[in-house]
Amino acid sequence: MIQLVSFYIFASIVIVAAAMVIFARNPVHSVLWLIVAFFNAAGLMVLIGAEFIAMLLVIVYVGAVAVLFLFVVMMLDIDFAELRAGFIKNVPLGLLLAIVLVAELVLGIGAYQAGAVKLGTPEAGVATVSTTVPNIEAIGALLYSKYVFLFETAGLILLVAMVGAIVLTHRRSHGTRGQSISSQVQRRPQDATRNVNQPVGQGIEL
Amino acid sequence: MTSFFQSLGMSYEAAWFTATIAGILLIALPLMLAVAMIIYAERKLWAAFALRRGPNVVGPFGLLQSFADGLKVFLQETIIPSASNRGLFLIAPIITFTVALMAWAVIPFADGVVLSNINVGLLYILAISSLGVYGVVIAGWASNSKYPFYSAMRAAAQMISYEVSIGFILICVVLWAGTFNVGGIVEGQRSHIFGFINAYAFNPLLFPIAVMFLISSMAETARAPFDLTEAESELVAGYQTEYSSMAFALFWLGEYANVLLMCALNVILFWGGYLPPVDWAPLYAVPGIIWFFAKILLMFFIFAWVKATVPRYRYDQLMRLGWKVFLPISLFWVFLVSGYLMFTGHFA
Repeated sequence: MIQLVSFYIFASIVIVAAAMVIFARNPVHSVLWLIVAFFNAAGLMVLIGAEFIAMLLVIVYVGAVAVLFLFVVMMLDIDFAELRAGFIKNVPLGLLLAIVLVAELVLGIGAYQAGAVKLGTPEAGVATVSTTVPNIEAIGALLYSKYVFLFETAGLILLVAMVGAIVLTHRRSHGTRGQSISSQVQRRPQDATRNVNQPVGQGIEL
Repeated sequence: MTSFFQSLGMSYEAAWFTATIAGILLIALPLMLAVAMIIYAERKLWAAFALRRGPNVVGPFGLLQSFADGLKVFLQETIIPSASNRGLFLIAPIITFTVALMAWAVIPFADGVVLSNINVGLLYILAISSLGVYGVVIAGWASNSKYPFYSAMRAAAQMISYEVSIGFILICVVLWAGTFNVGGIVEGQRSHIFGFINAYAFNPLLFPIAVMFLISSMAETARAPFDLTEAESELVAGYQTEYSSMAFALFWLGEYANVLLMCALNVILFWGGYLPPVDWAPLYAVPGIIWFFAKILLMFFIFAWVKATVPRYRYDQLMRLGWKVFLPISLFWVFLVSGYLMFTGHFA
């Protein structure tokens, strides 16, 4: 009962929020609706017992990706008249995209109704996961044994992407003065100050 | 609690539902009271550090000061700036406040006393605390005013930066405990050192990251040395500048509920949670919840101490500490801890 009710609540909010992402005039509102959609999708994941995936969805997408989206979008200076003017120009491209998406959807549903694809080798099949062990352990056992090379390749690709991004944007700036914390910490009073016992009434040269 | 409601003649589902609602109220309402008292305690502490008296007029020893403040704020007019984004402007403090309460669902107050004992408890806390930034960011943007907006930008960058190293620190603890379950992490600390000290913090391998976690949690809650988001000398009052009345109070309550949560997390991850400090039978006569609250208050004292004594960081120093110091060290520590555990056959 409660599963059914929560499924319908989560699912309908996901759909409404996803629609609002497109229909919202203001890009910031779009991003916020996107966050609502992510969050409720995580709720759906919890319902099918994939609590680890649900938490990752919230941490990665809501906690990091969407914040960066919001970061960029908030700083946009939006001119709504210009947005509407661009609409006519982009209609053919939009229509093309829509046709491709509908075709894919039809294909996908057709393939689904033809039956599931058998994954893995015929003799071994896909490793089945028992429902008694926690999610994380099950995923870890698969990820670090059977799919370890795929996993490490994914890590390597991400590393290369990260290094690439840093190389592309990093500029060594000349002429700027930075703070050298270690030299500040190592500096002692005797390096910078001097005690002078000067007789009264005489000047001093430093 | 579910079985108690079942004994009243409810069906299992209805009993579970009632028990959960009751549990939420049992956590949220005392938490609000605790927040009010902790604000009073902190003001008294700051006053003591500055050789002042602090609040001492309302009620005995000024104990009712926070309630008087609450009443004052409640009676004020809610001002919504005409150029602001009305809906988001009002939602922002509600998000901050709600998110600050949500994470308490997985905090164990004593052995088995937890609203929701889930396997991915620690990840849940991480997920919820990553939501906290939205209240601030939305408030800053919806105010349509430049200082709140600067503050929102700072808050977003700061929280993301420190969440990275917090994530790695949590991994070290999880590796040692072997579980993401919060209660399991507390139980993992039972007689951890020399067979009788109940805390990870006394483990020489884990002590450095316990200190790092304490500092990161101050940065994550935008507290004292890292309160760049509301640096009054630069940003008026940061993201709260345009807020008044109850909306402002919700930010305030949410902020302190977050601070309490971070204190509780410090206690749970490194200082043995609801366990007594040493594994000695007579100490177990004191209920776990008392130990837990005592440790939280001690941790909160450290937070207040730091806020009263340490000057504010500059923004580039804050970023340097997060990315150039904490991130490499915590990353290295993941290697170190997992290597040590592998080498000693902890997982076997």
